[in-house]
Amino acid sequence: MLSLDLSFYNWGLVTNYLLKGFLFSVQLTIIATVGGIAFGTVLALMKLSGKALLEYPAAFYVNTMRSIPLVMVILWFFLIIPMLIGRPIGADLSATITFIAFQAAFFAEIVRAGIQSVPLGQTYAAEALGMTYGQNMRLIVLPQAFRNMIPVFMTQVIILFQDTSLVYAIGAYDLLKGFEIAGKNYGRPIETYALAAITYFVICFSLSRVARKIQTKVAIIR
Amino acid sequence: MALDFGVFCKNTLDGGVVDHCFSSVFGLAANSDPSYLDWLISAWGWTLLVSGLGLAIAIVLGILMGALRTLPDTKSTYRFLLWFSTCWVELFRNIPIIVQVFLWYYVIPAFVTPLKSVPSFWLVSIALGFFTSARIAEQVRAGIGSIPSGQRAAATALGLTTFQTYRYVILPIALRIVIPPLTSESMNLIKNSSVAFAVSVPELTLFAMQAQEETSHGIEVYLAVTALYALSAFFVNWIMTLIEKRSRIPGVVSISPSAKLAQ
Repeated sequence: MLSLDLSFYNWGLVTNYLLKGFLFSVQLTIIATVGGIAFGTVLALMKLSGKALLEYPAAFYVNTMRSIPLVMVILWFFLIIPMLIGRPIGADLSATITFIAFQAAFFAEIVRAGIQSVPLGQTYAAEALGMTYGQNMRLIVLPQAFRNMIPVFMTQVIILFQDTSLVYAIGAYDLLKGFEIAGKNYGRPIETYALAAITYFVICFSLSRVARKIQTKVAIIR
Repeated sequence: MALDFGVFCKNTLDGGVVDHCFSSVFGLAANSDPSYLDWLISAWGWTLLVSGLGLAIAIVLGILMGALRTLPDTKSTYRFLLWFSTCWVELFRNIPIIVQVFLWYYVIPAFVTPLKSVPSFWLVSIALGFFTSARIAEQVRAGIGSIPSGQRAAATALGLTTFQTYRYVILPIALRIVIPPLTSESMNLIKNSSVAFAVSVPELTLFAMQAQEETSHGIEVYLAVTALYALSAFFVNWIMTLIEKRSRIPGVVSISPSAKLAQ
């Protein structure tokens, strides 16, 4: 019968192996969220602009990103960026750039749906008041759109946090990598992978509960 | 920068050019050393095998769990099944797929020893299937939720048991409603099958990583692999559209839950 040795579960494990990886996973999630929303909003506005010159490149970008496995996107960027800038780039920086670019495609679709959920009357009213396109978007449409987007958006951030574990493919030091290295050094892969699963579950499950609470609070009143 | 797809006609052992690109797959050449093209095709086969098995598991379990989550809480058995299916969905939805693959590869065989002799592609298929079943279950639940409650009431009034109600009234409608979201989950599953590289299943992503390193023709290799992933996803999309058309009931316009929300 299998005996689990859990004696190595102590603070040393956390401070020596896990903390660095956890902080990187969180940092990657936050940067990719902020960068992805910024870039994704631009893509969404391009797609909704009605001008072929803006619409088609944005649609092509979004569709391409969404139809390739994330692991392949990570590998692509890790291969291409050093070729473009002419010098090697660390796995951490490469992962950060990849996740901003990848998440932008997903946030673009969420933002687009959010903008389309704002009744057209709002846009017409703003136009009737003499607002420019920029004022209309910034003051009228986007504030309402972002509020409508919050539920889908939070689900996407939880998925994003889970997806950061795929930087395993290029060897960046994230939470999963921390567990893996600890498992190798202690010679206890079974226990550390089990603990990794529990850790991810606790984080993602708690986040989804928080998300559900917030969803009921921000439900828009019409 | 010129692309050189000649790399696929090279021998995987010494990098020399083979006399026919499909040297070993179709037995076309006297020189039977495998070329990179042979390897690519066999890697694609592994991707399709793992995805296909995973999809079969995901659809069966997803429909089952999704249906269980909509049971009425009138009996203690039903309450248990409700609780069980909810736990199932939360468990498999909240752990990253690559961690679940490691669980099935390292952790679970340590407890369930017969799994130690199971080939790793099966374990990855199970991991993918369970992971996706949680997502499909949510779609099925939403689909069942969008059916007017009168249908269930009518079935009860006719004296159907709960099982019969699901079998003959609810699921036939719900399953047609969930085909569009099921299509996108199936395409996600093919994309997610790329994590199989982590436990050395010789599928497309592992091929991409190894061939890129050996040939230093990364762009050509990645382009080919990416194209095959896209092709596989389009193929699934095409099959699902076919199924949707075939299963359509004349006169019943099914609206997917997401389409309903967008209106």
